This record gives sequence, C-alpha cells and structure tokens, in this order.
Amino acid sequence: MIRKKKCVAMLLAGGQGSRLYALTNNIAKPAVSFGGKYRIIDFPLSNCVNSGIDTVGVLTQYQPLVLNDYIGNGQPWDLDREFGGVHILSPYQAKTSSEWYKGTANAIYQNIRFIKQFNPDYVLILSGDHIYKMNYSVMLNYHILNNADCTIAAIEVPMEEASRFGILNTNEDSSIYEFEEKPKNPKNNLASMGIYIFSAEKLYKYLEEDNADPNSSNDFGKNVLPKMLSNGERMMAYKFTGYWKDVGTIDSLYEANMDLLGDIPKFNVSDPSWKIQTRSPMSPPHYVGDGAIIKNSIILTGCEIYGDVENSILSSDVVVEKGATVRNSVIMADVKIKSGATVEYAIIDENTVVSSGATVGDPKESGKGIAVLSRNITIGENAKVSGGQIIDKDLEGGAN
Amino acid sequence: MRAVGIVFSNIHDKNVPELVRIRTLGSIPFGGRYRLIDFPLSNMVNSGIDTVGIITKSNYQSLMDHVGSGKYWDLARKDGGLIILPPFGDLGNDSLYTSRLEALKGITSFLSHADEEYVVMTDCDSVCRMNYNEILDYHIRNRADITLVYKKMVPDMTSEEPATTFTVFENRITGLAYKTEADGKEANVFTNVFIMKRSLLLSIIMDSISRGKRHFMTDIIADNLKSMRIMGYEHKGFFAGITSFQAYFESNMSLLDPANRNELFGDRNVFTKVKDSAPTKYGNNASVKNSLIADGCVVEGTVENSIIFRGVKVDRGAVVKNSIVMQDTVIGTGASLNYIIVDKNVSIKDGRYLSGAENHPFYVAKGMMV
Repeated sequence: MIRKKKCVAMLLAGGQGSRLYALTNNIAKPAVSFGGKYRIIDFPLSNCVNSGIDTVGVLTQYQPLVLNDYIGNGQPWDLDREFGGVHILSPYQAKTSSEWYKGTANAIYQNIRFIKQFNPDYVLILSGDHIYKMNYSVMLNYHILNNADCTIAAIEVPMEEASRFGILNTNEDSSIYEFEEKPKNPKNNLASMGIYIFSAEKLYKYLEEDNADPNSSNDFGKNVLPKMLSNGERMMAYKFTGYWKDVGTIDSLYEANMDLLGDIPKFNVSDPSWKIQTRSPMSPPHYVGDGAIIKNSIILTGCEIYGDVENSILSSDVVVEKGATVRNSVIMADVKIKSGATVEYAIIDENTVVSSGATVGDPKESGKGIAVLSRNITIGENAKVSGGQIIDKDLEGGAN
Repeated sequence: MRAVGIVFSNIHDKNVPELVRIRTLGSIPFGGRYRLIDFPLSNMVNSGIDTVGIITKSNYQSLMDHVGSGKYWDLARKDGGLIILPPFGDLGNDSLYTSRLEALKGITSFLSHADEEYVVMTDCDSVCRMNYNEILDYHIRNRADITLVYKKMVPDMTSEEPATTFTVFENRITGLAYKTEADGKEANVFTNVFIMKRSLLLSIIMDSISRGKRHFMTDIIADNLKSMRIMGYEHKGFFAGITSFQAYFESNMSLLDPANRNELFGDRNVFTKVKDSAPTKYGNNASVKNSLIADGCVVEGTVENSIIFRGVKVDRGAVVKNSIVMQDTVIGTGASLNYIIVDKNVSIKDGRYLSGAENHPFYVAKGMMV
C-alpha cells in the first residue's frame, strides 16, 4: 500500500504585514505574538492538528528567522512526525531558475513536489494572519459531499465593510457564480476568508497553467480562482459563523487581543476540546506582590507584578514595578515597566524597557490612537510617547 | 559526558504519606507548575548530564505521565537520554526493594552498560539548584572515592526518617549520625546527593550482594569512613528539603520570597512538562497579594500568600489565604481557605469554610468534594 495523506495543508506565512509597522520590522506577521501566550501562526497550526491534519507546509519568505526558530521541529503542535509533520518551505534556487515567491499561487506552485510526496487527495491552503478556531475536517467533508473542485471558506461581514474584502456571490446551493475583489458596490456580504480546499489534481492542473501564463500575477484570489470559475469548475462557498479576525492592522490586532477579556470573552482560547497549542516558555508561575492591583486582565507565566494592571494582556516574563500603571494595553514577552511609568492604550513588543516615570500612550478617548513600541528598545526616564506614535528605536529621557 | 545520572524517585515516600498515596515522591506537585522530580532532572541537564536513569518502585504512573519521553528536559535522545528503570523483581524473594542498595542491585545492568566514568545520584526530596559539574570537579580535585553533598541547616525533626548528619573535618567526612533529638542547632545535613566512580559503585553493589549488606549509609559509608576517601561538599545555595508535610508547606511558601525565586528560576532553567493551558484571567473583583499563580487559572476572588497551580478557579467572593491549591481545583463562591493544602481536582463548594493552622496545614485529598 502506498503511504498517503488524505489532506495536506499549505500555510502561506511569507507576508510582511507592513500595516503592522514596527511590530514586523524584523519578524514575519505570523510570528507576531497574540493573547499573551500565542503567536498568530498557533491558530492555523492548532486548527490543523485539532482537525486531524498532520502534514503542514509552512511557506516563509519575509524575515523567516523568528518564525523558523519558533516552529522548529513542530514538537509543540505534535507535528514532529516521521511521515508528515510540519515543514518549513522557503524559496530555493533551481537549476534553470531561482526566484522569490511571486504570489500566493506561485508559492504553492514552487512546492508542488513537496505536496506530491504525500500523494494527497485534497490540499488545504491557509494564511497565517487570522485569529479563529475552525474545524477544517468539517469543511473537507462539505467539499467532498458537494463534489466540489474547490471550496472557499466564507464569513458574513458587515455590509458597510464588504468592499474591503473579496466577495463571493453564490447560488442557493452555495455554489459560487461570481467573485468580486473589493467591489465598490457589493451585491452581498459573504467574504472570502482566504482558506481554500482544492481537489489535488485540479490544483496541480491550474497551478501549471497559471505558471505558464506570463500575464498572471500568480495569485489565488486574482488569477487562479477566477480562471477555475470561468472554466466551469464546481466551486463552493463554505459558510463559517464563528469568531474570525484578520489581524493585519495595529487596530485589529489590538481589538482581537481585547476580545479575550471580559466575563464572557468574544473569543475563548480556554476551550479544552479545541486547545490552542503553542511553544510555551519554561517560566515559573507569575508572582503578584503585596501592593499590586489586577483587574480584568490576562497575565502569563513568569510575570512579576507590583503595580496596577487593568484591562490588559501581559505576555510571559513581564515586570510591572511598584507604582507603575498599565491600562488597556497589550504587553508582549520580557517587557519591563519600571516604577512610576504609565502605559495606556498601547502595544509594546518583546523585550522593551519603559523606564521610571515615562509615559506611553494616551487614553483611547483622546482619539490619538494606539501607541506602539517595537521590540528591544528603551524608553528613557520621564520620556513621553503620545497616543498614535510608533517608536522603533531608543527614546531618550525627558525633563522632569 | 563524564557522568551518568541516577534519580531515585521514591526513596523517602514515607515522610509525606498524604501526598504519595496516589503518586511517588518525584511526582508531587510543587511551586505552582512543577513536580519535585523537575528539580533534580533540570539540575542534571543543566550540568550537562545527558543520560539519566529514574529508579521507580510503585505508583509511578503519574511519574511516567509527567516525564514522558523526556523531551521537555531535552532528554529524548537516540543515545542515552531519559531511561525509566522499573523495579526489578529478582531479589530472591519476589518482593520490591526496601533500601537504596537493593534498588541499585536492580539496575546493575543499566550501570554496567553506561560508558560514563562517574555516577551522580540524587533523590527527589529537595528543591534546589545544584551544579553537579562543580561537585564532580571537586570530587576529582580531592581524589575522593565518594563525595556526599551536605547543607548546613537545622534538621527537620518532624520528619518520619531521621536526618543523616555528618562530622566534617577538612572537607573529609569523619563521622555519621542520625539526628533523633531536637536541639535547634545547625548540623551538616546530608542532601542525598552523591558522586562516585561507576566502577566503584558497581563493586560496592556486588560486594553488598555477596555479604548481605542492605543499608547504604550504615553498611557502606559509615563502615568505610577510614578505609575510603569520603569527602563532603557543602551546598551553599537555596535548599528546601521535603522531609515532612510541614516542610512541604514551608518549602512552597519559601518561593514567595523574591530572592529564593530568583535563585531557583532566575535563568528560567527549571524544566517541566508543558501543558498549553490557556493564559490566566483576572476578573474585575480579583484581589491578589503576595502569591504565585500558574497559567490557566480564573481568578475572581481574593488570594493572599498562596501558591495556585494550573487551571484553578477562584470564584467571586472566595478567599484563599496561606494555602497551596493544586491543579484544576475549583474554589466556590464565598468559600474560604486558610492554611489548607488542596490536592488536584478538588471541588470546594460555595460558602465552605476550611482552616488549618500555620504549624499544621490541613490537607484535602485529590478529587474530593468539600
């Protein structure tokens, strides 16, 4: 018997995420941390594992160092396998040509040989910039039952936002008759989530054709999917109704983090039947000191809290010294907030220091926006970072 | 590597009978996210020892479950790595070992197949950071036959087993005594860590089989203080002995001191099984002071001077003070705990009031409903 996998997942993780500005200066978007404990890529990876898909190719391109290191041999997701498992697929040099991934379709095309070694019946294409929990095996069954050539996961978005998305116009049986990429006057509000299942042979065929077409920009949404539709292939929309958030902007990343807070959070990561698996730090439990006040917040392992923390997400090994205040903020791993510093409505990336008396951010009501500090920088004593400012290098201290 | 490691997972079980009824000493939960065996295992790995045998006796399912293949300690190795050594029944009378020497007899084949020159042996009854490499250097520098590690401290007189204490003269151990009477004085208390050549250990084991010797300290160490060069190495850092239920309580609480925590965990090199619990959430009415809280908890009530393990729920209005609450326990609305050690998966119903005393914490067994 030939060893094979029913379904292989290909995760597009090469995006720069330029709208996350300083947060993606040195790392790819899927490696950006989320919810204190996670990185964005944990969500599609955990979804794969929880859906019984144990073969995942991760396509990297932009600043892959942190991401490669993070994924490693895939052990945190149980993806260290002899046959299957997680594989990092970076652009490579070939005898006749060597090129970067030109578009999403080209990235998959360049790795067809990787897919074929598992001889799958179906290929699942994912992107690494969404926060959601989804059972891909249900979508796969839907694809099979509907005898589809390609199934696209879709979610209803507010009508007024529909023009930001790729919109799927469908018949009554959810088969797709038209794509509209960011339409000015959308006919409906069913948006593509960038999650596709292809029957493998069809995928190979259309990728070969797309590659041979010099006028194509080698993109699934722009080229491959419309071509399939015009050729009369059976394309289905799979409606998803759960939580789904594109965290491609500072605001949406912030909102998605805040969606974890509250008595009944909008997004629940502590569902034992759908564990989000991650590479966990080996830190001791967090310590809360005598004078600390913590309200409506998430605090990770290894933190030392002596000050006030409210409506915030603190990743592992964060220190909040006595007299420091952190409100309505997302603080990533190893950040130090020194005594008397105030952080309000801000995102602070890993290993950054906010020195004594410094102020980062302004209240949301000020309308100035979210303050962002990138990783590995120091904000000097009594320095002031206003709301909406994005700081990616050390900032000298201010006057008292 | 120069040394192979041996960890005795349950030599001192009888000191903490409550906690080992369903597990071995090595798998007793400690410090919010750890098991006692994490400390010797991490010390081994941090000292560069990459072959570690764990001697087990009974009730070791929880231990096996915890250590697994050894991957969290980087001990899932093709060559060496972590090796569980289950009891070996061939002691002539079909019974399990009752002493350290008998336990060692059961692993002679493991010992003879190792190729490291030295053996580092440790128990699971202490929490500390120890660099076995430095101790091994000391052992070699002093041309010792055996090196025993001791800590200057007041022995725990509530322990079921008497403390082994040494007389040390110019770093050499010249006398051995079991402490049975409390005098409140510091003594050189044995930490149950020893180092010797593997070949010497094997010959001691063979000799003890043929001569019917049973007790390592009395029959081997005490009898050879003159004929062998037996050195003492003083451990000067943080050391918490888990020698009684009270000591277990106090050792946990000693982690609330930042200096101790920093010494143990400052370099983040104590390894343990990873569970991927969700992050811990604090509600709007939470009030927490001087406490260690692991991942996966939901804190809506009050917690003071306590150690809270993974996945614990402290409901609204509940008050937990001076207590240790283990994994997945739920403290109901308005319940109150003071000086209580609550084992795993316990449910404390709404409004219940439980109190022990500082010198006598009360214990609630695993899975109970109160």
